Amino acid sequence: MTEFQELNHVDPPADLHHDDSIGVLQTSLSPKRMAAKRFVNHRAAFVSAIVLTMIIIFVVLSPITARYGINESIFKAEAGHPNQNLAPFNLAWFGTDSNGRDLYSRIIYGAQVSLMIGLFTAIGSVLLGTLVGGLAGYKGGWLDDILMRVTDIYLALPLLVVLVIVRGMLKNVDWVTAIMGDTSSVRFLVILLTVVGWMGVARLIRGQVKQLKEREFIEAARALGASSSRIMFRHLLPNSVGQIMVALTFAVVGAISAEATLSFFGFGPDAGSGMTSLGLLIRDSKKAVPPGYWWLVVFPGVFFIILSLCINFIGDGLRDAVDPKMQQEVK
Amino acid sequence: MLRFIVRRLLWAIPTLFIVTFVVYCALRLATNPLASYARANPRVAKDPEKMAQYVETNGLWPGFSGYVRGYFVWLKGFVTGNWQVSIKGSRPVWPNLKIALVNTIRLGLLAVMVSIPIGLSLGIFAALKPGRLRDTAVNTGAIIGFSVQPFISAIILQLFFGVQWAKWFGEPLLPTSGLYPPGHQGFDPVLMLKYMILPVIVVSIQSIASYSRYMRASLLDVLNSDYLRTARSKGISERRVLVKHALRNAMIPIVTLAALDIGAIVGGLIISEAVFDYPGMGVFFLNAQSNGDFPELMPWMVIITSSVILFNLLADLAYAWLDPRIRLD
Repeated sequence: MTEFQELNHVDPPADLHHDDSIGVLQTSLSPKRMAAKRFVNHRAAFVSAIVLTMIIIFVVLSPITARYGINESIFKAEAGHPNQNLAPFNLAWFGTDSNGRDLYSRIIYGAQVSLMIGLFTAIGSVLLGTLVGGLAGYKGGWLDDILMRVTDIYLALPLLVVLVIVRGMLKNVDWVTAIMGDTSSVRFLVILLTVVGWMGVARLIRGQVKQLKEREFIEAARALGASSSRIMFRHLLPNSVGQIMVALTFAVVGAISAEATLSFFGFGPDAGSGMTSLGLLIRDSKKAVPPGYWWLVVFPGVFFIILSLCINFIGDGLRDAVDPKMQQEVK
Repeated sequence: MLRFIVRRLLWAIPTLFIVTFVVYCALRLATNPLASYARANPRVAKDPEKMAQYVETNGLWPGFSGYVRGYFVWLKGFVTGNWQVSIKGSRPVWPNLKIALVNTIRLGLLAVMVSIPIGLSLGIFAALKPGRLRDTAVNTGAIIGFSVQPFISAIILQLFFGVQWAKWFGEPLLPTSGLYPPGHQGFDPVLMLKYMILPVIVVSIQSIASYSRYMRASLLDVLNSDYLRTARSKGISERRVLVKHALRNAMIPIVTLAALDIGAIVGGLIISEAVFDYPGMGVFFLNAQSNGDFPELMPWMVIITSSVILFNLLADLAYAWLDPRIRLD
């Protein structure tokens, strides 16, 4: 809504409600409050935020919400009374997997791991990306050139190929494996995804900083004798907080999807140690297709779609909220 | 314009060398070709003399200077057509790579032909009445499209059209794996098309989403520009304003996007190819990767990176050609 109003101020259609968070009538609202209001008015984003909060509460309270332990069978299998690959029924709402475990509980445990990977990776990529992107955008010059060239190529290559090759490289360097742990550990995965994921963030922040540094208030700060680092940390970055938040949101969904893609192809965390992730559950569902165990395919897949949908909507809403004039960067 | 083209072309050549060198080092490190060779030929691995000979002929020396020398050995072989044979099975690489490349281009172009018209129409449809129901619907649909990861849509489609359909109606509606039924000989476009429907859908979902969003943003941008207001105030009919002035200008960034998109096809369909067992570049990559087959992976990477660089160049040229303002700087 809001984005449209800014873009289409010439001829607004009659049936549109006027959003009083924009315009001169309500100058009393601070920019932060205005952004919050715009976010709430983005209906899909607001609903998604509620749904995501519920999912997170549900997942964090797994001792209460999950019905079975992560590797627990729903009951002891006996001859003529199997517990494997059962369609949904009252003991297992989402059915059971090939080991007789409750899929509903396992989705909760998997979401725990996936969300954790997503969050840690996103924080790492945003820290690194903001640092490099901010520096490149502010200083320009060769650093900026290199960053743009490298990210150009990187963004054009298929993500899976980059991940698989970087994974292979990290695996074969001894001192790296000493820090990162085994290739099947969650720590390794988080570091791998961070190493690959910061570049997208860096580009975003670079664009934002480049735009901001031409503004009058930065010029004023410079005229008053502020040092580069003061301009960077007191002016440019605080004014980019909105964009950084947007980047963080999309980094979470990017990391969760990357984890799932890697797991799907067998490059993910190790399932043997009594843990699972959404990616591993979806990987298992590949095997459930030929015999037609639809619940093993539909529930993890749909849950994953809902999760990324919520985060994507929140990111979209945040983007509109922090920058209503924002015109999508095409290249 | 000519100077611009020449300058860009001159830039692309060093880029290609640097990129292939980086790829060479990355792949050498990631696949460890010597270890893969030893694994594939356990008997030869016991003979240090033969191993040393393999190192010498393929330029697999250790250390950074070894990598640099090895790169030039590889480059010479690659350019002169003396490609290294694959580690697994010691076969020439090009014949299989060629088949995979052709299959992937076929699938990718079909997906592009499906997704560009649909995506652009949706974007235009949304931008014409911004803020209305149709706009919200297209935007929401695009975000849903982004959120549906290809491997999820692929297995759900497989389950529905292959397995469940067969359960309900006796036989599957669409084939769910391969390019032809097993044992099929020769070329049969109609049959092949049937096998390509599901992979094309999977690939198209996300591209339709992104095309519709870009088209909408680009068209809205133009619709609110000053020159369009001028055109309107001159009294030109709305239809003419839209077709002659708005759409033509709105297409400029889309052409760039499409060029980049087509350049990324060659390596970008891995997921749907893998799920549907489609014998393309993606499956080739996954197989070569699991064998640590450096001689197979290197030409593969060269093809996909050159395709990306080439289409980047074409995108720049197209942009400069369509929008003269770009050429000045």
